[in-house]
Amino acid sequence: MTLSFFLSQCAGEENWVDNRTIYVGHREPPSGTEAYIPQRYPDNRIVSSKYTFWNFVPKNLFEQFRRIANFYFLIIFLVQLIIDTPTSPVTSGLPLFFVITVTAIKQGYEDWLRHKADNAMNQCPVHFIQHGKLVRKQSRKLRVGDIVMVKEDETFPCDLIFLSSSRGDGTCFVTTASLDGESSHKTYYAVQDTKAFHNEQDIDALHATIEFFLVSGVAIYTGMETKMALNYQSKSQKRSAVEKSMNVFLIVYLCILISKAIINTALKYVWQSDPFRDEPWYNQKTESERKRNLVWKITVAFTDFLAFMVLFNYIIPVSMYVTVEMQKFLGSYFLTWDEEMFDEDTGEGPLVNTSDLNEELGQVEYVFTDKTGTLTENNMEFIECCIEGHVYIPHVICNGQILHDYKTYDKREKWREELFFRALCLCHTVQVKEDDNIDGLKKAQLSGRSCVYISSSPDEVALVEGIQRYVCNLIKINFNHFKLRILSLLGDIFLFCKGADSSIFPRVTEGKIDQIRSRVERNAVEGLRTLCVAYKKFTRKEYDSVCKLLQNAKLALHDREKKLAEAYEQIEKDLILLGATAVEDQLQEKAADTIEALQKAGIKVWVLTGDKMETAAATCYACKLFRRNTQLLELTTKKIEEQSLHDVLFDLSKTVLKLSTDMQDYGLIIDGAALSLIMKPREDGSSGNYRERFLEICRNCSAVLCCRMAPLQKAQIVKLIKLSKEHPITLAIGDGANDVSMILEAHVGIGITGKEGRQAARNSDYAIPKFKHLKKMLLVHGHFYYVRISELVQYFFYKNVCFIFPQFLYQFFCGFSQQPLYDTAYLTLYNISFTSLPILLYSLMEQHVSTEMLKREPSLYRDITKNALLRWRVFIYWTFLGLFDAVVFFLMFGNWTFGTLVFTVLVFTVTLKLALDTHYWTWINHFVIWGSLLFYVIFSLLWGGIIWPFLNYQRMYYVFMQMLSSGPAWLSIILLITVSLLPDVLKKVLCRQFSNLKTLISVRQLSMPLFCIPCMYKTITDPFQ
Amino acid sequence: MAVNYNAKEEADGHPSGVGVPGGAGKSRKPDNTAFKQQRLPAWQPILTAGTVLPAFFIIGLIFIPIGIGIFVTSNNIREYEIDYTGTDSSSPCNKCLNVSWNSTPPCTCTINFTLDQPFETNVFMYYGLSNFYQNHRRYVKSRDDSQLNGDNNSLLHPSKECEPYSMSENKPIAPCGAIANSMFNDTLELFRIDNETRTPITLNKKGIAWWTDKNVKFRNPSGNTNNLTALFQGTTKPVNWPKPVYMLDSETDNNGFINEDFIVWMRTAALPTFRKLYRLIERKNNLQPTLQAGKYSLDITYNYPVHSFDGRKRMILSTISWMGGKNPFLGIAYITVGSICFFLGVVLLVIHHKYGNRNTSADIPN
Repeated sequence: MTLSFFLSQCAGEENWVDNRTIYVGHREPPSGTEAYIPQRYPDNRIVSSKYTFWNFVPKNLFEQFRRIANFYFLIIFLVQLIIDTPTSPVTSGLPLFFVITVTAIKQGYEDWLRHKADNAMNQCPVHFIQHGKLVRKQSRKLRVGDIVMVKEDETFPCDLIFLSSSRGDGTCFVTTASLDGESSHKTYYAVQDTKAFHNEQDIDALHATIEFFLVSGVAIYTGMETKMALNYQSKSQKRSAVEKSMNVFLIVYLCILISKAIINTALKYVWQSDPFRDEPWYNQKTESERKRNLVWKITVAFTDFLAFMVLFNYIIPVSMYVTVEMQKFLGSYFLTWDEEMFDEDTGEGPLVNTSDLNEELGQVEYVFTDKTGTLTENNMEFIECCIEGHVYIPHVICNGQILHDYKTYDKREKWREELFFRALCLCHTVQVKEDDNIDGLKKAQLSGRSCVYISSSPDEVALVEGIQRYVCNLIKINFNHFKLRILSLLGDIFLFCKGADSSIFPRVTEGKIDQIRSRVERNAVEGLRTLCVAYKKFTRKEYDSVCKLLQNAKLALHDREKKLAEAYEQIEKDLILLGATAVEDQLQEKAADTIEALQKAGIKVWVLTGDKMETAAATCYACKLFRRNTQLLELTTKKIEEQSLHDVLFDLSKTVLKLSTDMQDYGLIIDGAALSLIMKPREDGSSGNYRERFLEICRNCSAVLCCRMAPLQKAQIVKLIKLSKEHPITLAIGDGANDVSMILEAHVGIGITGKEGRQAARNSDYAIPKFKHLKKMLLVHGHFYYVRISELVQYFFYKNVCFIFPQFLYQFFCGFSQQPLYDTAYLTLYNISFTSLPILLYSLMEQHVSTEMLKREPSLYRDITKNALLRWRVFIYWTFLGLFDAVVFFLMFGNWTFGTLVFTVLVFTVTLKLALDTHYWTWINHFVIWGSLLFYVIFSLLWGGIIWPFLNYQRMYYVFMQMLSSGPAWLSIILLITVSLLPDVLKKVLCRQFSNLKTLISVRQLSMPLFCIPCMYKTITDPFQ
Repeated sequence: MAVNYNAKEEADGHPSGVGVPGGAGKSRKPDNTAFKQQRLPAWQPILTAGTVLPAFFIIGLIFIPIGIGIFVTSNNIREYEIDYTGTDSSSPCNKCLNVSWNSTPPCTCTINFTLDQPFETNVFMYYGLSNFYQNHRRYVKSRDDSQLNGDNNSLLHPSKECEPYSMSENKPIAPCGAIANSMFNDTLELFRIDNETRTPITLNKKGIAWWTDKNVKFRNPSGNTNNLTALFQGTTKPVNWPKPVYMLDSETDNNGFINEDFIVWMRTAALPTFRKLYRLIERKNNLQPTLQAGKYSLDITYNYPVHSFDGRKRMILSTISWMGGKNPFLGIAYITVGSICFFLGVVLLVIHHKYGNRNTSADIPN
């Protein structure tokens, strides 16, 4: 038996089409068929790990040196090895080695975790049929062409072609949660030719016992070719704003470095132009150095340039990247450890899928939130139904009998009522499940009966449950199901149709339309989700023609979807309205509080939902996104039909701009159709025009509600805002598979580990159990992360300026001979041990304001928006502070004593500067800050106290002790440290006195710890700006 | 295929998967420890005008007296300096200006000077050089520390760093390198002129180097004999030296590598203008100052050429105090910084008084 099939799938961007011929069960091809070349397919081994034991070292090294910073240091190291440079290769080699090792250990650990997960996958047992026998093997031994048996509730080991099942009709129900997150049960049909093969005998001519619910299939794609594996590989890397500015600063420093080296090289040659300076009698060159041809001279000049580069290369902080990485990695644990963000109900806490974006949480300007399941519980409760204008409310149900407002109703109405319930019973995708052990499913809490309804639409589950309470005859019916508008073609030939009011009402011609419509609208305003039910009776003849129409459409080879839709469109007209239902979706706890806090924090909250406008607007009112005084602007299909899009946009922007001077709040409502009109490129190419105007309106609105959004449109909106000219930082939060696109699109994607599967959580950067946790996540954790990392970045640049600038100044006093000021050991250890731990710990522990304060005052979040702590101004302040300190250090007075003195002052100053910035002194901070100073002293005593046998120079011998034994040295050290720190202290004090940053004011007012960001709005100027 | 991967694909080696095992349903309630909840007890210092004010005043109040102390001490230090380069044609040493190494007979000159005030305590005699780049990289590294530490192997095979001063006439140079080669070799002698009689002043040449340098870092080559000539066999003198290293001094404990003048020279100066200790003049008895006020003469055996590189040579006589030599800068710096702190304190006080109240009553605008 040969199966040829055609399969196309998406792997990231590229589409590829593959044609495979597989002989089921590895049979020999029958003679006479055209030549069959057995292809080699991979086995079913899942490999998500990057390295193996053997290639870890070379591959990891390669990966790491692809990074620009590491590569730069590698080059410096090689230059040091090759040419005669002032500093020993150890000075850059050792820090590089340290950085590489730390990163390699971390990546190795992560890869080991992946290996463990892979092994668990690859070794799980799979049943398959080999030579007629049922064999149990490890999953990884599966090959393409094997026949696999899968029992109920098992997962498929690879991509299969469904051959047959134990169900008579050759169907099976599959959930695809791990692929696309949809937990609904989808029906799959066996290949027609094989569906009759009910046992292994039929399949492989042997053995006949069939267990209940068994599916057999032939393996098609295995291992890394499965859809699942392909899915995992296409995730793009997000980079945070901090990282971007870090890279920019790095480039600035690189330019500074290069210009320093060029200046020094030029000055060197100017200085050397006097022969008595170039080569005085006491300091002569060797013969090889005296060579005088031009090529040699140019080479020497270039070598000099490189030597200066090497000498000053420490201005690029080698350990910054690794420290930032460690900070992010370790810091993200504080998020997962947070008790307040742990949800007792689900037993889940926050998940961190990537720690790259921690600080981005403190930068969010736009929050795009899904409504259902995110703002609301997605826990549907059937509230009422309205049949023929009569309202039925569950509260008044007694003993299964419906009591309603109207005591009398005629037979016709009773018939209608029956029809209504029948329609509800038939038109849905709900299935009944006996077993109740599957999570993500809605469990019916009925007395004595554990009956689980499963459906892709929670509304329908609520409806069915509600109906079950009314009419207890709905058990175990298997339904056919279609999409939102559902046709039920019955024996008596009724067509029932259920759907959203906007899609039903245009098709309805009869029934109590006005009454029902008013009820529906009232319900929608209250935030209830409404559905309308209508029917139509067919004659036999009509039915036949309808059937034919549908059949034709179904069999169409081209544009099947379109033709089907057209067919439905033809059938579903002139319907008779039966009634409407209302289902309530409760708000999540503290959703309103959270939104209010976010808005106070200056974050614009947009709600993107697929729901209809009224429902969505009601929810927005309920969760305080819109307030009573919010003026609503509508940009909906209805309005656009009345006026042209151009006019509507023009009017709206006029309203907004005119009134934006007073403190009026605006809320904008836009629907999917209007949005696609705005986004659609004009013929004359002026598409940007509407977009700009739309964005301008949005910017002036405090809240925006987008309803009737398709999943892709959600991503479109996010992208539109993301790419607008201010480049705001966006955050998308959602819980369902339909939010995945926007979660991936936004700068930060947050998934809610909610009911609609785990797809959102899986694709997100962070996952939280409830919407309310977003508040603490952004306002507290995000704020802390941002403040910490920005200080970390600035401090790193600062301390290296302090470190290297004296070196630069020194060149003017040593004849530009590239003489280093510091000893090799100090050059090597400065970044990796003397000054590394305090800043790391600071960046993990610092709390400039207390957690309570941040939660109480969401407006503090405004102080750090727009990357406030990493602006050029701040960066320049830090750099100038570094330069000032460096000059102060240099104002001092054998050679190595001088360098040691400078270095001592340097280490103390930069550490104490950090101490000044620390506002949260736990014992760990004390330990690390004083500890590293002590370590420096002890190290220096040791380094200078012994003649180290392995060194070929002993220039540091006893220098440190000699320095400590001299009075002026002590006095100078104290003086210089004081002078270096003085401007910063002064700036801090003035800053807090005059700044109107809220953080500072609140701190000042409530005598909380000081928060000092270089003043941005203050009235007094900095000494250095 | 429902696989619960937590370790994810990551590009570029950035951290992505934080290894939190994702077992759904299993309660992973975090520990309520102070550390994990970021609630460790902490000291939270506040840098406000109020708290910084006293600090400024205290710093001011401490620094100004220290500065005054240093300044006074520094002023009490007697220091006398003579430039004997001889660039000026009226200078007695002008005739020696263009001497070269090893000129025989050596050029000598005498400079007379007068001390206006007596030098009461021990006097340190320095020689100072200007525009001499002892900190040039080529120069600084041109030495072999293990040779100087008495290593016999290095003695005969000097380090490559010593080039081009490592071999001479196919013999290894001891001590090798540019630093040693350019050792300062003027001889300075001091005479007190009392009624036309010249009384030589005893110049002590021991105790001018660091103790650790003399006893640990610098050592003569070891061998069976104490005879330095034998120990240095097979080596040759540095090119510019008139005598080999084992003839630097007559006393064995100040000869060879452990000659103190040599050790002092070998500790390179950080800046191109520097002074190095040359001799000590110890106070003989408590009744008389070490150097009385009066006329003196400095006899110079002028060997060291500095004119070619525009250098200067000086002789400095100085007493020292607890804080070393004369250094008015440090005292002034202390006084300045102290005053600035004090001044800032006053400014802050005014600011605090004037604006402090306004700010504390301000509301947090929402």
